[in-house]
Amino acid sequence: MSEIEKYVFDAARIESVAKEILIEAKKQGATEAEVNIALNKGFSVSAREAQVETVEYNQDKVVDIKVYIGKRSGAASLSDLSTDAVKAAVSAACHIAKFTGEDTCSGLADKAELGFDYPKLEMAYPWDITVEKAIELACQCEREALAMDKRILSAEEATVATGTVLHLYANSHGFMGHFPYTRHEMSCILVAKDKNEMQRDYSYTIAVDPKQLESVSHIAREAVERTVSRLGARQIRTTKTPVIFAAEEARGLLSYFVSAIAGSNLYRKSSFLLDSLGKQIFPSFVQIQEHPHLAHALGTAPFDNDGVTTRPNVFIKDGVLQSYIMGVYSARKMGLKTTADAGGIHNLTIQPGKKNLAELLKTMNKGLLITEMMGNGVNIVTGDYSRGVCGFWVENGEIQYPVHEITVASQLQDMFSRIVEVGNDVDVRGNIRTGSILIEEMIVAGL
Amino acid sequence: MTNVLEIVRHDLLDPSGLTDNQLHKVLHTLAGRHVDYADLYFQSTYSESWVLEDSLIKAGSFDIDRGVGVRAMSGEKTGFAYADDILMPALMQAADAARSISKQGGEQQIKAWHELPGHQLYQPANPLHTLNENEKVAILHRIDEYIRKKDPRVIQVSVSLAGEYETMLVMASDGHLAADVRPLVRLNISLIVEHNGRRESGYAGGGGRYSYQQLLEGNTAYAFADEALRQALVNLDAIEAPAGPMTVVLGAGWPGVLLHEAVGHGLEGDFIRKGISVYSGKMGERVASDLCTVVDNGTLPERRGSLNVDDEGIPTQNNVLIENGILKNMLLDKRNARLMGAKSSGNGRRESYAHLPIPRMTNTYMLPGKSDPNEVIASVKRGIYAVNFGGGQVDITSGKFVFSASEAYLIENGKIGPAVKGATLIGNGPDVLTKVSMVGNDLKLDAGVGICGKDGQSVPVGVGQPTLRVDELTVGGTRAHSDE
Repeated sequence: MSEIEKYVFDAARIESVAKEILIEAKKQGATEAEVNIALNKGFSVSAREAQVETVEYNQDKVVDIKVYIGKRSGAASLSDLSTDAVKAAVSAACHIAKFTGEDTCSGLADKAELGFDYPKLEMAYPWDITVEKAIELACQCEREALAMDKRILSAEEATVATGTVLHLYANSHGFMGHFPYTRHEMSCILVAKDKNEMQRDYSYTIAVDPKQLESVSHIAREAVERTVSRLGARQIRTTKTPVIFAAEEARGLLSYFVSAIAGSNLYRKSSFLLDSLGKQIFPSFVQIQEHPHLAHALGTAPFDNDGVTTRPNVFIKDGVLQSYIMGVYSARKMGLKTTADAGGIHNLTIQPGKKNLAELLKTMNKGLLITEMMGNGVNIVTGDYSRGVCGFWVENGEIQYPVHEITVASQLQDMFSRIVEVGNDVDVRGNIRTGSILIEEMIVAGL
Repeated sequence: MTNVLEIVRHDLLDPSGLTDNQLHKVLHTLAGRHVDYADLYFQSTYSESWVLEDSLIKAGSFDIDRGVGVRAMSGEKTGFAYADDILMPALMQAADAARSISKQGGEQQIKAWHELPGHQLYQPANPLHTLNENEKVAILHRIDEYIRKKDPRVIQVSVSLAGEYETMLVMASDGHLAADVRPLVRLNISLIVEHNGRRESGYAGGGGRYSYQQLLEGNTAYAFADEALRQALVNLDAIEAPAGPMTVVLGAGWPGVLLHEAVGHGLEGDFIRKGISVYSGKMGERVASDLCTVVDNGTLPERRGSLNVDDEGIPTQNNVLIENGILKNMLLDKRNARLMGAKSSGNGRRESYAHLPIPRMTNTYMLPGKSDPNEVIASVKRGIYAVNFGGGQVDITSGKFVFSASEAYLIENGKIGPAVKGATLIGNGPDVLTKVSMVGNDLKLDAGVGICGKDGQSVPVGVGQPTLRVDELTVGGTRAHSDE
């Protein structure tokens, strides 16, 4: 057991609560049971106008219990670890299981699939920082940002946050696993003004290890550059044009691919990629894989929400769909094997290309660079895609002026198959890791 | 209302034997000389949901969340901590953390508590017990059978029934004491139809602050089922949506999400105080055509977005945001009101005890005008008639907002034409309502499914409007003019 598990969370006590729940479930008639516990400790501060604005201390407990009586299931959750509360919750879950239907696919993972020998990964790097020091950093970030450009009107806020989580999963097949992990963040949201126009933008850094956070000065500078560069934004005429999704927005684009091949959407027939195994979804240079044990990555986990050991998966090879994304339940529904992705994927990665963003702009020559998207006009059942965007108009391979109040539309099927190139400017601030993505053509609606 | 206070004390304080004296002591500890204001927010939420899928009751869950949030404010500074155990030691620990915002010690007198009487907009009863489990399960099966029998093109049906029983108690250093018991129920139906190899989805649902019986009264559930099916079938025949600026007629009801995005968020007092809203400094100015009067009204009986008191204990109000086109009021919580020398408008809301209150909307809608909705459509030579929407989003600084149509039709020569596929509509908040040239006489509120997200906090809200004609709005379809 790590120091954090011992001294921050008292993991031994949490283990015994989990065991108590499983025993209680059996006592109350459950044939199988599982429990997820998440404990979270941390704080966040925000600063504005050279002083602290808020200090928030977080301390949460969430216990999720699921019981099975034969093929019927019931669930309950609570935020209280006391014996009485736990008994009442188990009883509520068992009561519910009397009314749910017999679902032949329900139940725990088979014993043979469980990750009893899951790898011990290093995922917790506590940040030795006091609230006072965090406030100082946030104030410094704001101060540097305001001093950098006179068009910066004010900061909406600068924030610093740190948190440590203990995640535990146990089930009645004897699986008991837990691991701690950390998350640290800094951000700065600015407002710039020029004549009658105001624009807002931000920059942030997030990391598992505080050593890998960008510096305060970097965040301040990037926030200023992003915010000021939006001044003078205008609409453009409705047209067909090539489009580049900057890395941070390319991540969103790939998240729709993840939804479309998620078992939970497929068995519900709620995806435009139904029956697509072995089919060409992307151009042949595209490779998409999952790397669940990547050091210092935000999506890393040794086992999934079913207690199955995570493993590298290949979803797209040479543009062709190799596998869906599944947990035990959705795999059973589709007559397939789990990919150890119950609860979501772990570090989905599209293989980067050779060009940085500036070089991608040159390749595009003329078109739209998207840096922010608005709304969620995406239909996973049909692939129809229509969203609001902000960004820049590009001609001769160079940014000409900022644009806003326009939309881009297409169909995800077309967008995926018409990817021209993936950049090497990989954004690692999320569970999906990608560089900027150039798409051959989309419809832009504006003036 | 004493009744409500008693229910809440019984639920929140009695199990741990907390007395008023002890809580006074906590607030006393909290409110040092440099603390302007402090409050304790006790909350418990019991919720359940039942989900039918593949004609099976797939999942059922029962969730309990209880805790107390402790806040201290000193000037513009706020210290906040919470505990998910409602126990004296946890409470004192949270109070110590929260008061660290103000370094200096000293003690301040806490005002004697006086109860703020709230509205009585809904029954202080637990909706979870208003049907037994057999009845809950049976209604889901009946809806599923009804839909599958009605149309063979249906290939997937998902129905869920959810209920919530929340009690809250707020005790503040300014003497405010308020309690509320908040029921909330909801029915959701989503389905997929398939025809000639094309699949489309449909969704309908509704709810409010009342019992399951009231939610399922008469044929309501089947009406939602009909509606979900109708939408899916309409979209089976939908053609590509046009791209570019055009006249848009927005249907009555849920399309009021326009007002929520284009107007509501920008008028939240935190953004105005910081001077970063596109509406900052625009009070008293014209921001809409004189046909437009927009309110945020937390006092509508039994509506999803309504509250007897807000999460700071202030009774909700009917706040006029825009009157005949002129910007009148903003939405305030206690903190931003205090810093701006104004009074709270009863809009201080929080997702739970683990979140800080911030200014939020309740039910936001436009008052009806004089036009017959048919005349509004007949007035358009070429445009879009959008009647159903998914969500929306706004940048409150630039004023740009989007909302995504999920059911829309072409209008050609004053007549409703073929259905078009979903598309995002984009506009500029302070402009869009100046382009409203006709307002229908058919004000309708949404069916009770709205969720609003801000700063990572979700709260239930309502929207509504009559049929509106907006002379120009950019439609984000896939069919550019050059295609024609």
